[in-house]
Amino acid sequence: MNALAARFNAIFGADMAGPFAALAAVLIVFGLASPQFLTGATFGSVAFQLPELGILTLAMLLPILTGGLNLAITFTANLAGLTLAWVLQANGGIDAGPAAFLLGSLLALGVGAASGLVMGLVIAFTRAHPILVTLSMMIFLRGLGEFLTRGSDISGFPAFIAPIGHGSLFGIPVPLLILIGCVLASHVLLSRTKLGFSTYMIGSNIESARYSGINTRKVLVLVYVLSGAIAAVAGIIMLARFNSVRVGHGESYLLITVLACFLGGINPFGGFGRVLPVFVALVVLQLLSSGLNLLGANQHLATAVWGILLIVVMVLRWLSTKFLKPTK
Amino acid sequence: MSNATETGAAAPPLLSLRNINMTFGGVRALKNVSFEVMPGEVHCLAGENGCGKSTLIKVITGVYKPAAGAEIAFDGETVPHMTPGIAQSLGIKVIWQDLALFPEMTVAENIAFQTLSGARPRFVSYPKIRRIAEEALARLGVKLDVDRPLKDFAIAQRQIVAIARALVGEARIVFMDEPTASLTQAETDHLLSIVHTLSASGVAVVFVSHRLAEVLEISSRLTVLRDGNLVGVYPVAGMTQSRVTELMTGRTFDQNVRARDVSKNPVVLSVKGLSRPGEFSDISFELRRGETLGVTGLLGSGRTELALTLFGMRQAASGTVTLEGVPAYFSSNREAIAAGIAYLSEDRLALGLNQPQSIADNLVQASLDSILSGGLISSEKKRSLVARWIADLGVKIGKQEDAICTLSGGNQQRVAIAKWLATNPKVLILDAPTVGVDVGARAGIFEIVARLAEAGLAIILISDEVPEVYFNADRVIHMEKGRIAGWHDPRSTTLKDMEAAVYA
Amino acid sequence: MRKLFLSHTTEYVLLIVIAVISIYLSFAADRFFTLGNAFDLLNISAVNIIFAVGLLVVLIAGGIDISFAVAASVVQYVAVLLLERIGGGGWISGLVVAAGIGVALGAVNAFLVHRFRIISIVATIATFNVYFGLLMFFTKGVSIYNLPDWLTTRVIVYEREMADGTWAEITLPVVVMMVCVLVTWLFITRTTTGRQLYAFGDNPEGARRFGINIGAMQFIAFGWLGLMAGIAGLMQAHYAQEVVPNALYGCELDVLAAVVLGGARLGGGKGSVFGCVLGVLLVSITQNGLNLMGVSPFAFKMIVGAIILVAITLSSARLGNLLPAFAKTAKTEGANR
Repeated sequence: MNALAARFNAIFGADMAGPFAALAAVLIVFGLASPQFLTGATFGSVAFQLPELGILTLAMLLPILTGGLNLAITFTANLAGLTLAWVLQANGGIDAGPAAFLLGSLLALGVGAASGLVMGLVIAFTRAHPILVTLSMMIFLRGLGEFLTRGSDISGFPAFIAPIGHGSLFGIPVPLLILIGCVLASHVLLSRTKLGFSTYMIGSNIESARYSGINTRKVLVLVYVLSGAIAAVAGIIMLARFNSVRVGHGESYLLITVLACFLGGINPFGGFGRVLPVFVALVVLQLLSSGLNLLGANQHLATAVWGILLIVVMVLRWLSTKFLKPTK
Repeated sequence: MSNATETGAAAPPLLSLRNINMTFGGVRALKNVSFEVMPGEVHCLAGENGCGKSTLIKVITGVYKPAAGAEIAFDGETVPHMTPGIAQSLGIKVIWQDLALFPEMTVAENIAFQTLSGARPRFVSYPKIRRIAEEALARLGVKLDVDRPLKDFAIAQRQIVAIARALVGEARIVFMDEPTASLTQAETDHLLSIVHTLSASGVAVVFVSHRLAEVLEISSRLTVLRDGNLVGVYPVAGMTQSRVTELMTGRTFDQNVRARDVSKNPVVLSVKGLSRPGEFSDISFELRRGETLGVTGLLGSGRTELALTLFGMRQAASGTVTLEGVPAYFSSNREAIAAGIAYLSEDRLALGLNQPQSIADNLVQASLDSILSGGLISSEKKRSLVARWIADLGVKIGKQEDAICTLSGGNQQRVAIAKWLATNPKVLILDAPTVGVDVGARAGIFEIVARLAEAGLAIILISDEVPEVYFNADRVIHMEKGRIAGWHDPRSTTLKDMEAAVYA
Repeated sequence: MRKLFLSHTTEYVLLIVIAVISIYLSFAADRFFTLGNAFDLLNISAVNIIFAVGLLVVLIAGGIDISFAVAASVVQYVAVLLLERIGGGGWISGLVVAAGIGVALGAVNAFLVHRFRIISIVATIATFNVYFGLLMFFTKGVSIYNLPDWLTTRVIVYEREMADGTWAEITLPVVVMMVCVLVTWLFITRTTTGRQLYAFGDNPEGARRFGINIGAMQFIAFGWLGLMAGIAGLMQAHYAQEVVPNALYGCELDVLAAVVLGGARLGGGKGSVFGCVLGVLLVSITQNGLNLMGVSPFAFKMIVGAIILVAITLSSARLGNLLPAFAKTAKTEGANR
């Protein structure tokens, strides 16, 4: 048994055990409870629903690893979506061409990065608590978005954008491909680059990182810029999926992204955690909600179950540190 | 000193512990330890870092629960389940090594905290708290503004607050865990006289200090712990410092002066008239290839500030620094590291190493560029770099991925040195490299220092322990109040003379 | 005086900022500087201030709570249903039931935090989802409009006719708010338990070595916030004259921002009731003033957000932090042992 565990840890990493166990449990429980669960339809719906939450979670993950948080991600995504929407509308709305889309997407990423830049600079140079800085940025962006749109929807986009939200490539949903791309990019960023290395070091002790010659301010600013830009990607996908942009779309995802990070074994104080377990945790969350749907429950019950799942996982983690450590 | 002997060993002990066992995560921190304190005696608890001194104090005060079979008796009565609350009510007071104060609360609340603790809610009387605090400070002969929050005060004053707190209320026994660590000589003298007063009035004092001279001066009996085991209880009369060291480490040490003549070697670092107002002024020296330059002086003499300035973390107001003939002005430590200056921090726990992270990550963090391959970190290069340094400096580790905090102080410090050697430095500044390193492991650190110097590295060795620089440096600068107060050559002076000059 | 200023910098800066904004607004909007408007401000802010002083206690004890606003929604719903069962109830039974449910929900958080050592932000994000998800699931998102009469009848405690014929009124929630503020202030500054909460938030290990009951601290802090959330929930239902399950969803972060603006520190040990009230008032005064000036309501939040962002930036920006200096010497002591 121990040898098996050691093998598993060697291949996937010890932090994958929890998410994989949860994945197996969800598949077995719902597979037994509902005959329709283990079918292509479930996985299709998961594949289309996962990306927005997944990409937003990546945007949340990076700041958490530095010991911070980015509460502005959902409204950053909204504003990025708005930017793209306006560029498309200014260039003919439904008749806008690919060039306008490209320009709009670049500007959207720029808006996301800019919101991250402001937060990153404030956090890095004043040492204000990230929760506060990003919280006030969230309130500001929400206000800005509502002010600019007067609370209404913006819709009417060219047809070629729809596949980004609904289309499939080689049978795999396009948004899922984008998510997988982002997951892999984040994984490489965190595990193989200097920026990723520094992110972990800063997360567990920023002063010792600075004494070792790590440019802590630059890293913090870059992390929040990246977080904003990733949120913008989510904003673009949301635009394509709903064929409209409204400030407040995806607002309820905010605390779910934090929940997914913790579920994926990210240390709440920063410094530890990997992308892949978080990805598995996201799949578990989405499968849970699809499974409950099949059983006739709604998204609200799923939300409650997500909360319970997080509590159960944290309690199990507590049990394992309490009772397993001495035998190490 | 004579108090305890007068009370006599025949009197029943005030505090007696038997069969104390304590285990943390499979490691036995205390093994069958017994401990006795007589009323009114000054008792010293001695041992290396991590020998279990602080753990024992925490068991006595109920912070930790010892394994079954332990017996704790106070004033002749068994205390089956000691808790911090019971310890308080019995008059067991502690000056904790980490002070355990409350920075956001006022000095008065900190000192009179006993009146605020306790489970039953009561109303707070601030005039009473202020009066208690002022009385306690008056006993220490200190005046502080008791209405200001503690965070406004420097570490030495906080230490005084911690001492004052232990004097409030009916103390029967006071544990002092490194109470003089950041006090000046005058303040220390005052504290020692208070210890005498306490002891004369029948209060027992258990004193923990790494300054052995202080310990031998003040206490009448000595309990020595080693690796969680009780080594023995000894009368202090007739005890010498070297005998205590021997008991603590289980080994004997004889040291030779290592100083060599390096005046023919080329100059690596040249400092002229370096000043930073409020920290140090007019510092000039030359550091040569293969030289180990010792810098000593008391806390607050400007040693660390000077080192941080050379390392680019602070900027000098005036003066010049040249590195191998090239002017060296750094706006950050990144530039200093790139130019070839490395700085081992005095605070290994908070600044020197990233305690929760792995051994490997700690070792490579200052030299990431050397393990890149195509812009990405290469795990093979990282692994081999780490393996090479681990072998080179003789670090004892399990796996490279283990957290650095699982290593002993000595092994951690070797990793910290390796971290800097991996940056290929020309000058290595070692700031208090043996703090938190066991006496037995210190020699190993200095072996490495000597080897590096032999290989041509220029080293600045900062320490407030005069013997360390006396035995291990080629020349020694003595700093006082931010200035160079004198130069010493270990080959032409005795340790006694040098200590006399520094501690004067 | 100087000493008082130095020890309460945040509060004084807030007072000055509020004064400056108020002076400006009294010129920019005629109606701003009237008794009627001042009372309106209090009526509007009452619920948030009750939340804020509750959250303050948790922050002082070193925790954080995301779940209190949805907990208040749960309290509203359950309390109203329960009171209907027992025949309608009245203010006394209403307050007792609401407070009781609130304390119970807060105790759930304390239990998770203390028993299983889950850090408070994780625990309360989990309970946030559980409370809200279950509330929406069981209520199916349906609001309650026919509340008991006693709850919907406006209780005017003080009123005065103004020169222009309008009435300036102080309603029950304001009085309840004032009681909550006063009691919380007494509790955290004048009782040993309150001071223990500060000490525990400041240095938990130090408090533990003094024999302070850590578990009790958590239950008292989260229980106090639960109590305040229960009362605030009932007051909000009274004020709004209806119970909408998602009415308070999202206000937890606004309250958190206001409390921290008022000088409370995430991480514990610091914060005052006065500063906390000023933090909430600064936000309401700004919104109220913008409203009177005829600024589009859509711009309110943007401006409030910008003000909070600037305030937090300025209050955190000490010169030492902006320079590449050797800061944090005081912080590292104790934190790393």
